Amino acid sequence: MNLQGRHFIDPNDFTLEEIQSILDLGLEIYKNPLEYDDICKGKIMGTLFYEPSTRTRLSFESAMLRMGGKVLGFSDANTTSVAKGESIADTIRVLDSYADILIMRHPREGAPKLASQYSSVPVINAGDGGHQHPSQTLTDLITIQYYKGAISNLNVAFCGDLLFGRTVHSLIRTLTKYPKITFTLISPKELKIPHHLRLDLMQFPDIKIIETDSLEEHISEIDILYMTRIQKERFFNEEEYVKLKDSYILNRDKLVGAKEDLLVLHPLPRVNEISYDMDDEPRSKYFQQAKLGVYARMALMALLLGVTK
Amino acid sequence: MLKVTSIRKGIVIDHITSGKGLKIFQKLNLDKVDTPVVLLMNVMSNKLGRKDIIKIQDHVDVDLTILGLIDPNITINIIENDTIVEKMKIEIPTKVTGMIKCKNPRCITWTDDYVVPEFTLVRNGDIQYRCSYCEELTKYEL
Repeated sequence: MNLQGRHFIDPNDFTLEEIQSILDLGLEIYKNPLEYDDICKGKIMGTLFYEPSTRTRLSFESAMLRMGGKVLGFSDANTTSVAKGESIADTIRVLDSYADILIMRHPREGAPKLASQYSSVPVINAGDGGHQHPSQTLTDLITIQYYKGAISNLNVAFCGDLLFGRTVHSLIRTLTKYPKITFTLISPKELKIPHHLRLDLMQFPDIKIIETDSLEEHISEIDILYMTRIQKERFFNEEEYVKLKDSYILNRDKLVGAKEDLLVLHPLPRVNEISYDMDDEPRSKYFQQAKLGVYARMALMALLLGVTK
Repeated sequence: MLKVTSIRKGIVIDHITSGKGLKIFQKLNLDKVDTPVVLLMNVMSNKLGRKDIIKIQDHVDVDLTILGLIDPNITINIIENDTIVEKMKIEIPTKVTGMIKCKNPRCITWTDDYVVPEFTLVRNGDIQYRCSYCEELTKYEL
């Protein structure tokens, strides 16, 4: 299996075996980091962040630096030629000669795909609007793999904003590749999964889907509880955001009846959807998730660049 | 009764759903060709009850994709020496490049002039097209 030179735009770009190879390498690097600390020596990662991001950008930067590579890029599109109206195609055709791999976040859905069509080096989608966030998906999967041992026979619940939550869309699509997965989709009716994703899920008759607005009713059946933030920046209407922002707030009281080996995950940053009293609850794994995400990104970039120890 | 003579050589776009003829006339830019063109509206039809017909004298390039998008019931007859030499049934296009505007205002195709939207047909009871950039489903409307 060779991923060298490939782009990573949509989780569906990769087969289950290819995704699994990234997770396996990520966990191998996590256990033996020193063996991989200079595999990217001489490589440059370019970060094109057209939208503010702290942890995704720093996670990628940390990943590249931990492999001995260098980083360059921008994190504010207003300070670049983009603000002068340059097209993505032109930006990419210049920047792909400055870096060996490009990491792109953009508020417009489909922008990284457009970039990949003009880039001679691998492009990784680091989030495009409310659409996809596939490297977060690798972060989520590596965490499930690490704590559960395998990704199968699980009831995975998504709670909060399932309409605009791109991490949710990416993870759901990818989990459809794994065996015996049940989805419990918990949201207010205004923030249910988008129609196109629902149509895709209908193609998998073996996948069980439960849609509900009640977390409490289903908490005892869940193996993974994936909480999401109601994102203000995705709403065109402030009034609608205010109405929905406090729909689900997870605290210790709501875990009554939950499984002992439940995993509570969150792509971060959180606002108030997970109470601080959850942080020292042993089933909360969102900070470990962020940590494992660095190793998933190291493995992804190593494989796309074709470097080995 | 209105009588329009047959054409010796040209194209007849037949079985247009009544009321769509004028839109097709405009979409195909037939007001800009310099050969004789006739648009017939509300003609009696055994199959459709009423239909519209467009007759174009001489051959001009007709975009079949856009016809399929607007009205897949259409048939096209190619005429040579007063006889139909080819009859084409229009089909709903499976791939469409341009022509459709993605309905998702957050899609990159709304702001980047460089990108040409590409769509793939999705049949889910309705006829919709999936944007290759943002995956949102859009229905083509005249």
